[in-house]
Order: sequence, then C-alpha cells, then structure tokens
Amino acid sequence: MKEKIKSIINSVGLPRIIIFFFLISLFVLAPFVGVSLDTSLNDVIVRFGMNGLLVLSLMPMVKAGCGLNFGLQLGIIAGLLGALTSIEMEIVGFAGFFTAVGVAIFFAVILGFLYGTLLNKIKGDEMVVATYVGFSSISFMCIMWLILPFKSPNMIWAYGGSGLRTTINTQGYWFHVLTDFLKINIGNHITFPTGTILFFALLTFLVWAFFRTKIGSAIIAAGSNPAYAKSCGVSVNKMRIVSVILSTVIAAIGIIVYQESFGFIQLYTAPLYMAFPAIAALLLGGASTEKASIKNVIIGVFLFQGILTMTPSVINNIIQSDMSETIRIIVSNGMIVYALTRRIERAR
Amino acid sequence: MMKKQSSSKKMNPGVYFLINYSVPIIFTILVAFAIPLSKLSANYFVTEIMIRLSRNSFLILALLIPVMAGMGMNFGIVLGAMAGEIGLIFITDWQIVGMPGFLLAILISTPLAIIFGYFAGIVLNRAKGREMVTGFMVSFFMNGIYQLIVLYGMGNIIPILNPSILLPRGYGIRNAISLIGIRQVLDKLIPLKIGGILIPVATFLVITTLCVFIAWFRKTKLGQNMRTVGQDNEVARISGINVERTRILSIVISTVLACYGQIIFLQNIGTMNTYNSHEQVGVFAIAALLVGGASVAKANIPHVFIGVILFHTMFVVSPRAGKELMGQAQLGEYFRVFVSYGVIAFSLALYAWRKRVEKENERKKIMGYRKSILVK
Amino acid sequence: MESKEKYLLKMEQVNKDFYGNKVLKNINISVRPGEIIGLVGENGAGKSTLMNILFGNPIIHETGGFEGKIIFDGKEVNFASPFDAIDAGIGMVHQEFIFIPGFTATENILLNKEPTKYNFISEIFGDKLNLLNREEMKRRAIEAIKILEIELDPEMVVKEMPIGHKQFIEIAREIDRKSLKLLVLDEPTAVLTESEAGIVMKAIKKLAAQGISVIFISHRLQEILDSCDRIIVLKDGSVQKELIPSETNPREVAEYMIGHELTKSIWESKELRKISDTILEVNNLWVDMPGEQVNGTSFKVSRGEIFGIGGLTGQGKLGIANGIMGLYPAEGEVKFKGKPIYLNNSKYVLEQGMAFVSEDRRGLGLLLDQPIFENITFTAMQIKDKFLKCFLGGLIKWSDDKAMIKITKEYIDSLQIKCENEKQLARELSGGNQQKLCMAKVFVLQPELIFVSEPTRGIDVGAKSLVLDTLREYNSKYGITIIMASSELVELRSICERIAIVDEGRVTGILPPTAKSVEFGLLMLGKKSEIEEVVTNEGKD
Repeated sequence: MKEKIKSIINSVGLPRIIIFFFLISLFVLAPFVGVSLDTSLNDVIVRFGMNGLLVLSLMPMVKAGCGLNFGLQLGIIAGLLGALTSIEMEIVGFAGFFTAVGVAIFFAVILGFLYGTLLNKIKGDEMVVATYVGFSSISFMCIMWLILPFKSPNMIWAYGGSGLRTTINTQGYWFHVLTDFLKINIGNHITFPTGTILFFALLTFLVWAFFRTKIGSAIIAAGSNPAYAKSCGVSVNKMRIVSVILSTVIAAIGIIVYQESFGFIQLYTAPLYMAFPAIAALLLGGASTEKASIKNVIIGVFLFQGILTMTPSVINNIIQSDMSETIRIIVSNGMIVYALTRRIERAR
Repeated sequence: MMKKQSSSKKMNPGVYFLINYSVPIIFTILVAFAIPLSKLSANYFVTEIMIRLSRNSFLILALLIPVMAGMGMNFGIVLGAMAGEIGLIFITDWQIVGMPGFLLAILISTPLAIIFGYFAGIVLNRAKGREMVTGFMVSFFMNGIYQLIVLYGMGNIIPILNPSILLPRGYGIRNAISLIGIRQVLDKLIPLKIGGILIPVATFLVITTLCVFIAWFRKTKLGQNMRTVGQDNEVARISGINVERTRILSIVISTVLACYGQIIFLQNIGTMNTYNSHEQVGVFAIAALLVGGASVAKANIPHVFIGVILFHTMFVVSPRAGKELMGQAQLGEYFRVFVSYGVIAFSLALYAWRKRVEKENERKKIMGYRKSILVK
Repeated sequence: MESKEKYLLKMEQVNKDFYGNKVLKNINISVRPGEIIGLVGENGAGKSTLMNILFGNPIIHETGGFEGKIIFDGKEVNFASPFDAIDAGIGMVHQEFIFIPGFTATENILLNKEPTKYNFISEIFGDKLNLLNREEMKRRAIEAIKILEIELDPEMVVKEMPIGHKQFIEIAREIDRKSLKLLVLDEPTAVLTESEAGIVMKAIKKLAAQGISVIFISHRLQEILDSCDRIIVLKDGSVQKELIPSETNPREVAEYMIGHELTKSIWESKELRKISDTILEVNNLWVDMPGEQVNGTSFKVSRGEIFGIGGLTGQGKLGIANGIMGLYPAEGEVKFKGKPIYLNNSKYVLEQGMAFVSEDRRGLGLLLDQPIFENITFTAMQIKDKFLKCFLGGLIKWSDDKAMIKITKEYIDSLQIKCENEKQLARELSGGNQQKLCMAKVFVLQPELIFVSEPTRGIDVGAKSLVLDTLREYNSKYGITIIMASSELVELRSICERIAIVDEGRVTGILPPTAKSVEFGLLMLGKKSEIEEVVTNEGKD
C-alpha cells in the first residue's frame, strides 16, 4: 500500500497533489466563511470557457517537441489584430465574432510560420528565446498601437489623441455572443455559458481529430523521438512548423474568446505575461515539457481557474486582505519552475 | 547521383566579425541616429552617462561569473537585488543613516543573499540545459515569496519598529520608501566636483576593486575549475572536479554581488520602490551586457562598460527622440523597452544558431581531414 | 620462485559476469616494469571489461564487482574509482577524447592537476583560491611534449589543432603524471596518419625504456608486432595464448584470435546462388557516423542475396547501412537497381524500396511509448499512405485503426511476437520481441532490400534463431535482398552467402562463409596480404 502511494506521488508530483488538496479545502471552507458555493462554481466554469483555448493552444507544440510555448504572445497579437479589425469594420454579433476569428487566423498563420522557422534554427534553446521574442513583440506592438491608422471612435483616444486606447469595450459588438448562446439559467445565480463551452469542445475535438490523421501521427513521432521520425522519412522541421502554426492559430482564437467573455480588448502591456498562467495551468494538469494531452488541458484549466477564483473570495474572507495576487504568482511560477527541474523521466 | 557536397565555407573574416558583433554594431548605429534627434546637450549626456556608469556597473559585473561557469545569463540576480532591498528596509526601519547604515545594510543582506543564491543554484543544477528559462522563472517565483515576506510578513511576524514605513492597514511595507538617510552616501564619500558636477569617486573605486577581483579570480584554481565546468561538464567531472558544487558557487557569488550592486544602485537613486525596483533589474542588466558584445558563453569586463554606455545612452535618448520624431515621448519609452527585450531575444537566438552552425562546421572539418589522409 | 616484486601488475584468476553472462573467465596476466604488452581480441573478447576492472570503472562495481586478485606495485588493490587508480600510478588513454576544446594544450595537459602559487587568502577560504602557476604549467607541458618528440605549441588552443595532435595531448596528460607506472592505451592510433602513429609507437618505447609499463590495445596487427614485447590474445573471455612477436607471425595471431570453430553454414550443402543482376552498387561511400566511420568503400550486392558485413567494433560496418539510409551524413555514389540514388534523404530511400532494421532498437527502431499496432504501421503510413482513410479528395488522411490492428494481428501470429495484445506499449516487450516488432515494421513496407544491423544483439538464445530464420524465410519466399551487419562472425557465417569484412572504414575483402576462420581474422587485423583464399572484392570486378 505504501509503495503504491509512493509511486503515485512520484508520477503525479508532490506540488500537484498539494495544490489539489488546497483547492478541495477551499471548496470545503467556502460555505463556512460566507462564500456562496454555486456562484463560485459558476465563476469557475465561466473562467474555464474563457481560458481553455489559450491552454489548449500549448498542446500541439509540446507534442511536436518544441517545448512549452513561451511565445504565446504572438498568437495573442494575431487575435488582437483580428478583434480590432472586426470592430473597425463595425461588424456586430456573430458575424463580428467570426470576422475577428477569420482575420486573426490569417495573421496567425503568417506569424506562426515565421516563429516556427526561427524555432527550427535554434533547436534545444527554444524556450528562452521564445520568451523574449514574445516580450519584444508585445513591446513592438505597443509602438504599433500608437501609430496604426485605426479610425473607429470606440477605439481611439477621445480628445483627438492618436493611437488606440488601452482597453476597448466589446459591448455592443460581440460581447457575450458565445456565452449567451443557448445559455442555461439555473436558479438566481448560475448561468451556464453553453456557447463558450460548446465552442471549446468543438475546437478540442478538432485538435484531437487532427492528431489522428497522417500528419498528426508524424508530428507526435517527431516530438517523441526526432531521430526515429527522421529514419521513417518524416521531415521533423516541417512538422514543427505545422505545430507552431496550429498553436498560434488556436491562441489567436483563444484570446478572442477570452475578450468575448471578459468584455474588453486589452492592448499595450497587458498581454505581456499572459503566457505564464496558461503554461502553469497546462503543467498543473499533469503535462511536462515533453508531454501534453487534452486531459492535461482540461484538468489543468479547471484546477488553475479554481485556485484563482476560490483563493481571493475564501482567503480574503478569512484574513480580511487580498492575498490572491501573491498566491497566484507563487503557484503559477512555482509550477513552471517545478516542471523545468523535473528530470526527463524515461530514457529514450 | 550525389548530393552536392558543400565544402565548409571559409568565412570572410570581415563578415565573421560583423555577425559576431552584430548587436553592438546595430546598437551603435541606432544610438548615433538618435542622439542628434533628441537634441540633448553634450553636458547633460556626459553627466547622465557617468551617473549611470557608477550606478549600474556593479550589478552588471555580477553577471560575469556565471557566464564563466557555463550557466549563461543569470536572470537570478533579481534574487540578490531582493536580498539587498530587505536589508535596506531594515536599516530604514531602524533609522540608521550615513555610511554606518550603508554598511549595516550590506551586512544584513549578505547572509540572505547567500541563502537565496544557494537555493537558486540548487534549482538550476536540476535544470541543466535550460538554466536561463529556469533562472527567470525562479526570479518570478521568488518575487512571490518576497511579497509574502515584505507585504504580509513584515509588521506581522517580522517586527517593524517604525510604523511610518508600513501600509495604513498596519502590516506590509509601503510601496515606496525614502532612503534619504543613506542617499548618495557612497557617491559622496570622496567629494570631487569638476565644473559643478559631482563625481562619485568612491563608487568608481568600489567598481574598480570588483573588476580587479574578477580578473584575479579568473586566474585562481577555482576560476580555472569554473572555466572547465563552463566549457564541458562531462570532461570536468571525469577530471575530478565537483561540477555541481562549482556551479552553485558561481551562482552564490553572483547573487551576493548583485545584492551589493542593488544597494549601490538604490543609494544613488535615494528612494526604493519596494515592489518594483527589482523587477526589471535582470532584464536591463542582461540587455546591457549583451549590447556590449557579450554572449551566453563569453562575457568579460570591457563588455560591461561598453554595454552600459551604449545601452543607457539609448535609454536616455529614446523618449526625447520619440517626441521629436513622432510627437510622442511615450513612443520613445515603448521603444526602449522593445529594444531591451529585443536585444536579448536577438542575442540569444543568434548564439543558439551560431552554436549549431559551428558544430556542423566542426564535423565537416573532421570529415575533410579524414578524407585527406585516408584517400589512397 | 618469482617474487611478487618482479612484476608491476599481476591479475590472478579474474572472473567477471554481467547479469549471469560470464564475460571474463579465470584471467591470469602479469606485466613486468618497462614491458609493452599488446592486447588483442575480437568483439566481446573481454578487452574493455578487463581494462575497466583494472581502472576501477564504476560500471564494474555497479554490476556486482569481480572475482580474483589484482596486485599492483606489490600491493593488492581494488580501485573504487578511476581516481584511485590514477593516484596509484595507472594512466589510461581512452578512445574518446577527453579534453576542453577551448583551452590551450598546456591547460589540457594539466587539467585539474594544475600547480598553484600559494597566497595568504587561501588560509581563509581554502586552497582553491591559490593562483595558477602558469610558468610551472608550461614547463611541465613542454616536458611531456618533449617525450613525444613532436612539434606542438603548448599555448595553442586545442580546438585549432589537427586531430592527430589532439591524441598526443591525451597521451601527454598521462605522461605528465610523475607517479605513472602503467599506461593503458585503447586504440591510440585509430585516428592517426601513419607517421603520427609512428610517433606514438616511438614514444611508447621511450616510456618503456624509462621503466613505465604499457598495455596497448589495438587491432592493427602490424603495430602490435612491431612494438610489443609480448602479445596476449583474448578470446571469449579467457587468455587464449601469449605470444612473443619475434617468434610468431600474423597468421598465428589471427588463428588464436578467431579460433577454429566450424560453423555449419546453410550454404555448404546447397548450390551457391548464381550471381545475378546487381541490385546495389556502392562506390566510394563515406559516412560520418561517430564511432563507425566509413572511409570510401565500394562493393556490390546481387539481387536476392543474403550479404554479410562483419568486422571489429568501431571499424565501420554499422556505418554503411546508416549512411545509405540517410541517418548519418554520407557522400559517394550509390546505385539501386541501376538507378543512382540521392543520399542523406531517408524518405527517398524508403520510397525507392530499401528499408532498415537499425542496431539501435530502442532509440531508433521503435516509439517505446506507443502501442504495438502504431509502431508496426507508422513507416508504411508515412511513406506509402497505407492504413489511411481519405476524405475530401485526399485533404484529410485519417488513421484507419481497424486496418492497422488487422495487419498487426497477422504479424504477431507469423512472427510469434509474445505480447498481451496489439495495444500493448512497445516498451513493455522483451528485447527479442521488440526486435521482431522492428522487423515487422520493415516487412509491412514490402521492400526489395533490407539492411539489418546487429539483428540478435541482446536477445536470448531461443529468440536468436527465430530472428535469423525469419530473415531467411522472407529472403527465400519473397526474394528480398538482405544486407546484414553483425559483430558475431558465427551468425554471419551461418546464413550469409558472402561476407565482407570492414576494417578502417573500408571493405577489405569478401569471403565465402566456408572460408577458414583465420582468413576472417587476418582481414579484421588489417593483414589482407596474408590471405590464402581467393578473395572477391567486387568493387573492382
């Protein structure tokens, strides 16, 4: 019995177990400190829909052996451009949403291709370069937001200033188009965001299906064992680029879904550190720098958003102060440090 | 049908030089453009650069030793900066001013820096091959721990005597602390004024001492061990060097130096942003070092000073140049942040790419040699 | 009668087994001071294991230690680590270079034994803070180089040196140790030109004259005969014979090395297949595979043949298949079915109809974490679009699991792969069954030519014969040409029609399986001139 417990702890990893029990204890404590359990659960589900795609986007690159996508920001930029274009063109509702997605995919493919080509030239050192490519591209876009010729009065500074505002409201355009789609109201407090969850499920299904195709199998092989893949005639470089493009596209769609639910498009330095929570969530779900599956995505988002939702409400009610930010920093960054220091478990 | 055999191209030495030093060269060109644009006076320049040299050099010098030991750019110097800030919080709390305050801050924070450095060293040893990513993830993580200590612990579990530095709620340090008590205490230690400008002689002396120390360290047995470990872990291990311990030592030294460097930095500025001062320490120091021509595998003292001058010139000049060029100073500020990150991305990518190309060329060279002696 | 002091080293009744496999049997060796001993043996004879034991290599301790006694310099020893052996006065120059490319020759020669200058700081912080004594380092380096009698700039960075000089640095490092009493050299002349090899031999003789004993492992028989005082031939883990060079000849040495085993070849009673059309023609092939370099070799293989490639480890026999199949960089001319083929392109070669069962079963042959049915069908899916259901006019190619499982079941049956079911992970199978899995993967492709390297390595005896029988069956039933590289000569002689021996990266001769064992030995030892049999070397025909 002891052996079994030990082996479970080893394979799942102590930090994940600690965090899981921490979350359970928060849920248990909640009613006792005056936090409504059903609102909390609803919050978690809404946030799940909001963030799920961003975490899903990390999976293809891990499978292809490119490591954790610290350059997620490139996909986000593509998504932002899509969202801004759709608002600039004054398209509302579902049409607006899908226009945003369409334009975003266009940019994502281009950016993904360039990004993938760069990563191919620096195999083995992808993660650290990706981080700074991500940071510098967001900083570059900061300059761009100031000078790009957007005209829509909802987006630019009011009193004749130039450049886009820091946050742009999606209300009146495609705010909550997915969330409200087929939504289910339960009681007073709970609104199940059917549309968002369905959309997430659809994309997850597409990703799953992709990895069942010929090219999907080739990508998995290229990621598990590049020498093996090469010996079977697979072009590892091409597979990597395909996976990077796929990741970037999903991330671009992901940020639009996020904005649709959140209600605001955040420009300038807001997306700077957005890669880390997504990566932390994936790792929390059981993934590593070499292995990631859809199961990891779903469990990870749920656990991570659970922590993020429950911690402020429960702990703040206990100690009368907002520790959520600090806890978030420790949990998400600690998770990533832990994953980076795990020895590659099995010899190839 | 043979695939065309590409002979290893003997690169034109000029081209080789350009690629190797592309970062400082591009930077020099950028700066050369921006200076006249900004319309700043030469006097202002020289003063600013001198101040920044005295203020930042120590921190950047702290990066040199991990490079020697093969750990790459030590993003973990942020941990040293945090240790230094904790020391400064205490001396401010106890209201110890002047040189004694400065020295006491150093005294208190040293053991803390050693502990942080040791922790970082152990973590980095477990992440061989991805030290740099792990390094800055650790620095973000420690930021959280720092907040736990300073934002929640101080005034609570950690006794603070002087309530004026605490937040209104009764615990946790304020967002900004005035360091007026030790302001420029090192800079003014040896007073020298030329044309109305204060020259921080003592600070420069301290920096020079550190340079001498680093140069001397390289020539010792420990320095040689570090160089060996930095070039090839396996060979070092087979030769009997304790690779793990040597790596940890390099990080500890670097963290302690960074701690002192941050204290020197803050004594010049005179105020401390409790939660933000250390955030960009790593990025700006590393960007400056890379701008000076250093790489992940090679960094020496000239790189530090060239880097500070070039990088901080750009820093000073950007907002003004942005305003003159595009009518927005904000543009210039974003530009300098972009450049800082961009320099790191570019240098790291260039280094990684070159590493692979060199390996390939080495292989081709050996093949060519074998052919020449074995063709009968 | 002979006192122990007469001998520097005595290894008495040394036995060693690895997981039940007896690798060394009652080895008795003695070395006098100043003696040069040549150690000769085939693959797996036990040379490296014996040296590992002597040198205190941790792998020995991790696998149960050894039996027997080692007496060095009058004392019984059992070194816990190589550092202990070094301290006692044993130096070893390995085949893999151990140096820091960015350091100078001096720094490498003195690596981690640099002399230092005392200064007071070390009182507080330890003697690691003493400054290096660079003048003393240079002096010692020059002294060591002088013994080798070569032109070597001590301040030159090793990265820039020619390869031969890098080998000299390795030797110089050992010579520098004042306590050196015994020097072991493992194939020191492998990468050297003839003149450079001569320099090493001269230096060894000089050291011996100074009283330092040398154990010299090499497969270049001429060098051994020229410089050694005594030759010890190992075979199958025991000392076969000790010979004095002046009293023996290459043929005798080769005979002891290979033995007189009579292998029953399947071709003895059958008609040798008529040499029909050439299916593979190799001309001047160079392959850059670390450890198995191929240096401009040529040969021809006939359609439907079972062609064997043998030779000592590291001489290049494994490099040929790896190069042609595009796993390692290759140059040269290769024609398949008369058509010149592109090299360095695995996909192309697979499409043309050649396939490869690699010697690196776990690393290159399989995806260990995938189920059996995916492993078997992967290459066929990628190269020949098999096991796919196509939609939208070929835009979407969906894995046809049903078809994959069906074919897997067939192969599990025909090759008798022992597993729970076709969904089991490849990792969980035994070595023998993993090998069958690799072969099934290749058979599914229906190739015309198969390269197989080390087909029975690490497989238990029962499975060995099944693997070989399967190869023969596919050869006779479907006419697939098989090119088989193996370290075990016995295996090659049992099923191959012709066997090429690769030495120094080239095919030096092709023999029929029925040729005398000693002929194979001579080819392996680089003594082609001594062969009596008619050798067909079809690069020229």
